[in-house]
Amino acid sequence: MTAITETPAPAAPDTWTPVCASALLAAERGAAVLLPGGAQAAVFRSAAGGLYAVSNIDPYTGAAVIARGIMGDRAGEPTVASPLLKHVFSLRTGRPLDAEGPGLACYPVRESDGRVEIDAGALR
Amino acid sequence: MARLIVIGNGMAGHRLVDTLTRADTGRAWQVTVIGEEPRPAYDRVALSSYFDGASADDLLLGDLTDRADQRLSERVTAIDRAARTVTTDAGTVLAYDALVLATGSTPFIPPVPGADLPGCHAYRTIEDLEAITASARGAATGAVVGGGLLGLEAANALRLLGLDTHVVELAPHLMPAQVDQGAGALLARMVADLGVRCHTGAATSAVRSGPDGRADGLDLGERVLPADVVVFSAGIRPRDDLARAAGLEIGPRGGAAVDDACRTSDPDIYAVGECASHDGTVYGLVAPANAMADTAAQALLGGTAAFTGADTSTKLKLMGVDVASFGDAHARAEGALEVVVNDAASRRYAKLVVSDDASRLLGGVLVGDASSYGTLRALVGRELPGDPLEMISPASPGAAAGPGALPDEAQICSCNAVTKGDIGSAIDGGAADVPALKAATCAGTSCGSCVPMLKTLLAEAGVEQSRALCEHFAHSRADLMQIVRATGITTFSELIARHGTGAGCDVCKPAVASILASLGNGHILSGEQAGLQDTNDHFLANMQRNGTYSVVPRIPGGEITPERLIVIGEVAREFGLYTKITGAQRIDLLGARVEQLPAIWGRLVEAGFESGHAYGKALRTVKSCVGSTWCRYGVQDSVTMAIDLELRYRGLRSPHKLKGAVSGCARECAEARGKDFGVIATDKGWNLYVGGNGGFPPRHAELLAGDVDSADLVRYLDRFLMYYIRTADRLQRTSAWIESLDGGLDRLREVVVDDALGIAADLEADMAAHIGAYTDEWRGVLEDPDKLARFVSFANAPHTPDPTISFDTVRDQPVPAEPVLLGMPETATAVEA
Repeated sequence: MTAITETPAPAAPDTWTPVCASALLAAERGAAVLLPGGAQAAVFRSAAGGLYAVSNIDPYTGAAVIARGIMGDRAGEPTVASPLLKHVFSLRTGRPLDAEGPGLACYPVRESDGRVEIDAGALR
Repeated sequence: MARLIVIGNGMAGHRLVDTLTRADTGRAWQVTVIGEEPRPAYDRVALSSYFDGASADDLLLGDLTDRADQRLSERVTAIDRAARTVTTDAGTVLAYDALVLATGSTPFIPPVPGADLPGCHAYRTIEDLEAITASARGAATGAVVGGGLLGLEAANALRLLGLDTHVVELAPHLMPAQVDQGAGALLARMVADLGVRCHTGAATSAVRSGPDGRADGLDLGERVLPADVVVFSAGIRPRDDLARAAGLEIGPRGGAAVDDACRTSDPDIYAVGECASHDGTVYGLVAPANAMADTAAQALLGGTAAFTGADTSTKLKLMGVDVASFGDAHARAEGALEVVVNDAASRRYAKLVVSDDASRLLGGVLVGDASSYGTLRALVGRELPGDPLEMISPASPGAAAGPGALPDEAQICSCNAVTKGDIGSAIDGGAADVPALKAATCAGTSCGSCVPMLKTLLAEAGVEQSRALCEHFAHSRADLMQIVRATGITTFSELIARHGTGAGCDVCKPAVASILASLGNGHILSGEQAGLQDTNDHFLANMQRNGTYSVVPRIPGGEITPERLIVIGEVAREFGLYTKITGAQRIDLLGARVEQLPAIWGRLVEAGFESGHAYGKALRTVKSCVGSTWCRYGVQDSVTMAIDLELRYRGLRSPHKLKGAVSGCARECAEARGKDFGVIATDKGWNLYVGGNGGFPPRHAELLAGDVDSADLVRYLDRFLMYYIRTADRLQRTSAWIESLDGGLDRLREVVVDDALGIAADLEADMAAHIGAYTDEWRGVLEDPDKLARFVSFANAPHTPDPTISFDTVRDQPVPAEPVLLGMPETATAVEA
């Protein structure tokens, strides 16, 4: 698989989708956004300024709740804890950090013109 | 099934039936218990707690009605060994295949003139205590004949009943069976500090009678002590009359003689407890009685357990004085040497008895400070790990006497025969705290006196000693609480910047959020606090498995008008919510989507409801029964008290959820003793119980204060709750918290009732501040557009319902449909970095 960077090269054709105003995304609190085609992403901004987008669906319950999880870090790795059964995922890679098991898909995300944009076509 | 008859329904009989029926999975025995007392078996060891406000019901041992046929208020009058039957005073004849004598003992009343006058009592049954209480009304003075363990408990009872109290002991010092002269003398001094006067080396020659024909004094030969109430506690005599009449062999000091299987001279008849004589000894303590009962139970089931004598070591608190005696306390072994530290000025006496070459510990006595009892008792019979004087010298408290010095086979928990090796194995097997050790080994689950040793062993094994909340804070919750209180820090970011490391996580953020909320910092969703809140607090509702929420309005005390009940029904109908009555006398509305919450709250708030905090580590409810307002048994207005308490403590954030209840009489219909705080009405006021738990693990709340008036009740509760909030660990319920306190419930009582730390006024002021600052959290969201803006399904489609949520219908109500994983990517496994 390819490595993920926080600002990956745009996929062609351009599938970047604006999802909300930058001002709406407060630090340390996630926001759920609806993507074209019905998928949902959870977008986060850390206190340190990092921007992350992962699937909003908790893979352990199928509920769309990841955006409502608590952000944090594990030895510097930015994380979100699912609010349902408290599984902790890396926001950078989507990988589960407590045990083997399903993780979260990650989306490329960036800010442009005061808006948060997700590359919905480039699901990693 | 074979028929087993147990004669006697005291502690030994109860233990036997309990052990036998638990182990008798093949149902080999049909058990009948015959007891002359009018009530089921109760805890005679805790008898004195009756005077601290415990009711007769509080003393009851576990109910065995579904495991044995109990015949109460019935006495066996004869045993026919040939026919294998017993006859009772009701004229009933019952056949047995095996018989257990558990008839206990009778108090020895010295044969002095006047010993049967009105006002003279024994100290053995609840009926005795009721009679003593009745005699004490209008009396001024009391005397206890007998300065042993039970005699001192009786003296404390008379003291608590308000009598000017004397103790008369024939031996030269108090507690002659357990302690030596030096310890007895210090004990007498410490008891005198409490106003109880001891007369040792004194023989009672008669009980004097007053003009009303009641006892009014004790004749001690050269002088007379005034005594309106006289309690005899001069030893026990085994009740062996049935055994004698049946021709069973009797021990040298009375009691049915038994072998190591607790069998009498008739192989079908067993004897256990104080009516049995093993190897010529009649034991008057509960631990040997339990051991005998367990042995007999195993023998009845074909086992080969053997009772080979019992350790009569004791540790107890008499009138707040620690007293312990273990092993060869009287240095009776040949050549035994005594090493003594007798510091009467600081009220401390310690003696070790060692072998003639001072290499092995044989026994000892401790008065004033018995904290090293656990370690020392376990060392009896073993090589001393250090200089005996140093081991009891206050300059090096426990220096050489830590449990680390013990060999693996040393018993740590004598109640359940758990060795240091067993504890070590459990720790190796992953037990990382005291509750886990208790679950794995049963150590510390009976009297609890070894719990400090368990903690030390954990520490020595290098386990659990980090009380760090998580990788971001090296502090415990209580430490952080203190830091926040001392520094006045009001934000997580400042706290972690100054006292922690990293960005935080789902452990420390909610813990700090709770601390900030306990200390009052405005609405929990204000500013930065919002991002700290745990799942449910974050949306002031309880998240369900499909991401929807449940809504629980507060219904204080469970009292609700029809009008409000109708509003709840209308809201549920309008929003299509699944509706269910909760276990705490309120109503749960489930299936609300996040964007529906404000509209639902709006309807409820408009009708006068407010948040019930079902989502918070906070006060949940104070349940009640209808009490004296309606109930023909009620003695106090439990509904009003429950409503007052629920409104007083609503919104109070705490280390874990808090539940309370108020019962209007001792029938306890509100199940108050299953709560963190339970209030039970008495005819004089209220009994306050704390530390109960209805969920896992179930635990009865214990009496903190008895017969208090409403003002004191509220004062003690304010202090109790605030002390808990200040000092408990994260997610530690009150039951575990009290267990973790050094000194347990007694210590808690010292802090809450006696204000031993001098912080009562401070705790009350904190509670007053909380009450003054309380506002409804739902209303706080409805009135703030910034907060309201968070209650949307999607940032870019605020009113579009989450397409993954769908419902099925079960019994005419909506329930979550199995997830269809809409929007769920197929590559659901972890993406490689």
